[in-house]
Amino acid sequence: MSRELMRGNDAVGAGAIAANCRFYYGYPITPQNEIGEYMSRELPRAGGVFIQAESEIAAINMVYGSAATGGRVMTSSSGPGISLKMEGISYIAAAELPCVIANMMRGGPGLGNIAPSHSDYFQATKGGGHGDYRLIVLAPSSVQEIYDFTRMAFYLSDKYRNPAMILGDGFMGQMMEVVETPDKKEDDEYAKAPEKPWAITGCKGRERNIVNTLLLDPDALEEHNWNLYEKYKVIAENEKRVDLYYTEDAEILLVSFGIASRICKEAVENARSEGIKAGLIRPITLWPFPDHAFNNLNGVKGILTVEMNTGQMLEDVRLAVNDRVPVEFHGRPGGTLPDSTAILEEIKKIGGR
Amino acid sequence: MSTVLKKTRTLIDTRMHYCPGCSHGIVHRLIGEVIDEFDLREQTVGIAPVGCSVLLDAYLDIDAVQAAHGRAPAVGTGVKRALPENLVFTYQGDGDLVSIGMSEMVHAAARGEKITIIFINNTNYGMTGGQMAPTTLEKQVTTTTPLGREPEQAGYPIQVPELLYSLQGAKYLSRVSVHNPKNINKAKKSIEKAFKVQMEGLGFSLVEVLSICPTNWRMDPVQSIKWLEENMIEAYPLGELKTVEGVS
Repeated sequence: MSRELMRGNDAVGAGAIAANCRFYYGYPITPQNEIGEYMSRELPRAGGVFIQAESEIAAINMVYGSAATGGRVMTSSSGPGISLKMEGISYIAAAELPCVIANMMRGGPGLGNIAPSHSDYFQATKGGGHGDYRLIVLAPSSVQEIYDFTRMAFYLSDKYRNPAMILGDGFMGQMMEVVETPDKKEDDEYAKAPEKPWAITGCKGRERNIVNTLLLDPDALEEHNWNLYEKYKVIAENEKRVDLYYTEDAEILLVSFGIASRICKEAVENARSEGIKAGLIRPITLWPFPDHAFNNLNGVKGILTVEMNTGQMLEDVRLAVNDRVPVEFHGRPGGTLPDSTAILEEIKKIGGR
Repeated sequence: MSTVLKKTRTLIDTRMHYCPGCSHGIVHRLIGEVIDEFDLREQTVGIAPVGCSVLLDAYLDIDAVQAAHGRAPAVGTGVKRALPENLVFTYQGDGDLVSIGMSEMVHAAARGEKITIIFINNTNYGMTGGQMAPTTLEKQVTTTTPLGREPEQAGYPIQVPELLYSLQGAKYLSRVSVHNPKNINKAKKSIEKAFKVQMEGLGFSLVEVLSICPTNWRMDPVQSIKWLEENMIEAYPLGELKTVEGVS
């Protein structure tokens, strides 16, 4: 292990290169410009290709092309840029190609602002583009996790031949923390890409391969949709990840992801010090959503979902809870951050204090 | 005995979905012949567009990727950067390339991307039923210019090789036609040169192919050929606009 002080956006690039990503295509947009800058500097040194594309649309379609050849490839952007990429992401999901997309979220809608936000939860977890598909969505809450989850995202996207998204925010992209990086690359499961017999390489010595998302026959497209559905079911069975913090005896449960979850941890600690049994469920995979973490709600009086939006993950929490206990919401949209004191007040309200 | 004519290996022996008289079949055949002659079938990647030729992969026996509308040059870029030794070409119509895909085309050319664009100009959106394209001629009637294209309202036709001429990365730019055997032979020669420019690593190449669309032009194939000769060639002069010395 070596330890390094790293900026969140740089950790996306470092994690990607550690996972043997060799193609990056991007377009500048704040607050994630350091990712492209890092890749322009470091990827050629690793023998890879960096292109600053003419638009987010071109960038995601370059990703589509390199992914079709079996290469490990990624792009990154924020809010408005991710919206532009959604056409291409739909094609990539339809063609069942692996790739990684990082969205360092900013305040929306429209041009919004460049401050940290959770405004794109719906877009990330419900498909985002046209058609019936899902992305694997990982939500880091530290720079270490940005590094680790980016590596894991390449592994998962290859494993399931499905695009995977890192859903961070402007705050996480800009902050610096110590990151431990593994020394021995050969032991790193995330760095190993599987065989890709479906890849476009020129049909030397084999039948030709085709990457195509057009299925004019409705029966054929129905079958493709059900096949995708079956794959998503397998991902949902295998890949739900969650971090549980003081949940075992909790009477008040917080649910929060990303940078907001760290503020919630402080609120939980403060509540505990006042004798209130609070705990935190922190989804790591936003899709598949870790609904199993809500199976046992014995002794839970109420749930408080904390997000940097007007209530998006809230819907998934309510589906998982299914009216067994009340689910409240505390949100700070538009590029603002929740405050642990305000969260503690909400905890007290739910607890009847 | 010597073989004077044989089946094109790269062309799949199947019935095409194109309308009677359509030029796509001829251009597919030319691409197949050139790939065969260069012995590059197992090294070629074709990028199919959105439009009538979306089914390109049904007719050419090569590895292929089907792209979103207009995005083929970007997809081709991603393929070529990963497979620099391969022949990578996009096959795009006028709506796909010159309207929605203008940006991807211009920037692929500006980067000197080592890909070839085969551009089919038949002055309309064929697949969607004959709407105005960026290449629709002045006064030409389409389903969205029912009284003829009026520049005052709908602008002027775009000449693609001329537009790309100033870009340093664009190394080979030509316009050919496939309305008669003489021009078909010239078109083949031009596709050969474009592929050579790519395979020698010189940069971006584009061949525009003037084509007929009898169905949407509401003419029979013979009338269509005459219309192309009399109207299109004046608006879209044939020839090599830009070439590399030593590549023949």
